Amino acid sequence: MSVASQDSGMRQGRVARVFIYLVLLLFGLFYLLPLYVMGVNSFKPLSEITGGGMMALPEVWTVEPWLKAWSTAQIGVEPTGLRPYFWNSISMVVPAVAISTVLGALNGYVLTKWRFRGDTILFGLMLFACFIPFQIVLIPMAAVLGTLGLAGTTAGLVLVHLVYGIGFSTLYFRNYYAVFPTELVRAAQIDGAGFFRIFWRILLPSSGPISVVCIIWQFTNIWNDFLFGASFASGGGAPMTVALNNLVQSSTGVKEYNVHFAGAILAALPTLLVYIVAGRYFVRGLMAGSVKG
Amino acid sequence: MATRAEIDMRTRLQNWLPKLVLSPSLGMIFVFVYGFILFTVYVSFTDSRILPFVDKNGQTTYELIGFTNYEKLFKLSHWDIAVWNMAVFAGLYIIICTLIGLLLAILLDQKIRGEGLIRPIFLYPMALSFIVTGTAWKWMLDPGIGFENIMQSWGWVSFSFDWIKNRDFALYTVVLAAVWQSSGFTMAMFLAGLRGIDTEILKAAQMDGASNWNLYRRIIIPQLRPAFLSAFVILAHLAIKTFDLVIAMTGGGPGRATELPATFMYSYTFSRNQMGIGAASAVIMLMTIAAIMIPYLYSELKERKQ
Repeated sequence: MSVASQDSGMRQGRVARVFIYLVLLLFGLFYLLPLYVMGVNSFKPLSEITGGGMMALPEVWTVEPWLKAWSTAQIGVEPTGLRPYFWNSISMVVPAVAISTVLGALNGYVLTKWRFRGDTILFGLMLFACFIPFQIVLIPMAAVLGTLGLAGTTAGLVLVHLVYGIGFSTLYFRNYYAVFPTELVRAAQIDGAGFFRIFWRILLPSSGPISVVCIIWQFTNIWNDFLFGASFASGGGAPMTVALNNLVQSSTGVKEYNVHFAGAILAALPTLLVYIVAGRYFVRGLMAGSVKG
Repeated sequence: MATRAEIDMRTRLQNWLPKLVLSPSLGMIFVFVYGFILFTVYVSFTDSRILPFVDKNGQTTYELIGFTNYEKLFKLSHWDIAVWNMAVFAGLYIIICTLIGLLLAILLDQKIRGEGLIRPIFLYPMALSFIVTGTAWKWMLDPGIGFENIMQSWGWVSFSFDWIKNRDFALYTVVLAAVWQSSGFTMAMFLAGLRGIDTEILKAAQMDGASNWNLYRRIIIPQLRPAFLSAFVILAHLAIKTFDLVIAMTGGGPGRATELPATFMYSYTFSRNQMGIGAASAVIMLMTIAAIMIPYLYSELKERKQ
């Protein structure tokens, strides 16, 4: 190869690399744009937004929109701000995530280490349950929650999210335990260890990574749910997403965009924090969520 | 010393214990998923309008009417619009997410400096609620304060961008927001696929003088088949379930321009008091998803058995 053509080849390579970085940069800006818009506008007085300054940094910085979104904004009929709904979501998410994760771990353990005839079919049925459109269960669920006196309550939502979260948590733990050496389990069995003892002493100590994945996945899904919240708890027991939607869609008075943006960030904050703290596991979890063993 | 009978009991208990542990979850799934599906199918054959199904005198509030709800459903122009919108939305959403996801994955796979910084930026939208995404895009696209207003205030007075308020274009704004939310995740799936390709084959092809373009077209992209399939199944399933994003951005409007099956089902069931028709529409949604998911899950489970 002549020196000249090698040189042009290198130049071509360099142009290509600049182009690659440019495309990545543009997409990076595209993904960051809504976060930027929500962020800067939540610290602005309303007049700066309506005056055509949505893209600009605040001229006057104010935390007023945040305070209003948190504690005094009109949600539905009550001027309570988003605070009570934030706590609704917390008290819904924590038990639902904890219970569905524990059950998922036990199910995964049974389905991989204590196999029996028909277990694959049962797992298939649990797996399909992850993917049903939830519209198909809304009507009977509303009837059942009404009958149990759980309509509109956080306890009702915990039940709903628990039931529809088990499929995914089982999927995660099953895939994880499937590659865990079964010989260890058999050896412990021969030594006389029982079902729970084996789980507790042998599988659980190495279940850290998958537990993190499962907890993050369940936390994100349950925190972000809107359909169940809107269907079964639209009043005072509503979760954060429903309250945020009520705040933004409220048709009375002036539209306070800055308050809406602050509220949106408040609703996004828990999942974003989880994502920032444990993002690497989250990505791995998403991959496992694509039903790959 | 334990007697023989005691040991027998314990072995039997140990044999039953795994199934016992599994049974609460299975019970819940059978009742709350499969039982409820049957229940909704039943409701779809009745003229139920609102809950409850039994009034305070113990009389049922409905009658069985066969397939009438389905006949009505298919004659409703409202449902037609929702289905057509879904076809357009799902088609664009799946294609654009796949293209962007594949492009970004290939670019990120070129030994990029700062990949660890870029990847989370592409992926974080996945962690957000659709209501948050919808709120952000709703106001960014709003002609009064969003891009139109910004461009005009920057001096481009004739600039117009009112898609979100325009019957003919509103659906595309929902596609835009949905692509924003999911394309990074699609990228992650393709990236995982790319990282799983055997580098020996690539080196051999490079030695044979294959150009980059041919390398991707002939060798790499065909090997990504499983990633394409997973991406398609997951995106299709997300598309059919799309509900919150539309509620937050447009509420199904303007007119019915962004109505989707999920919003149709919700409004017929809970605000229009046409629960029978709502149930029928939910059954159609389930059948659509089942047609995609069951073959996929079946092949996945079978593969794993081997």
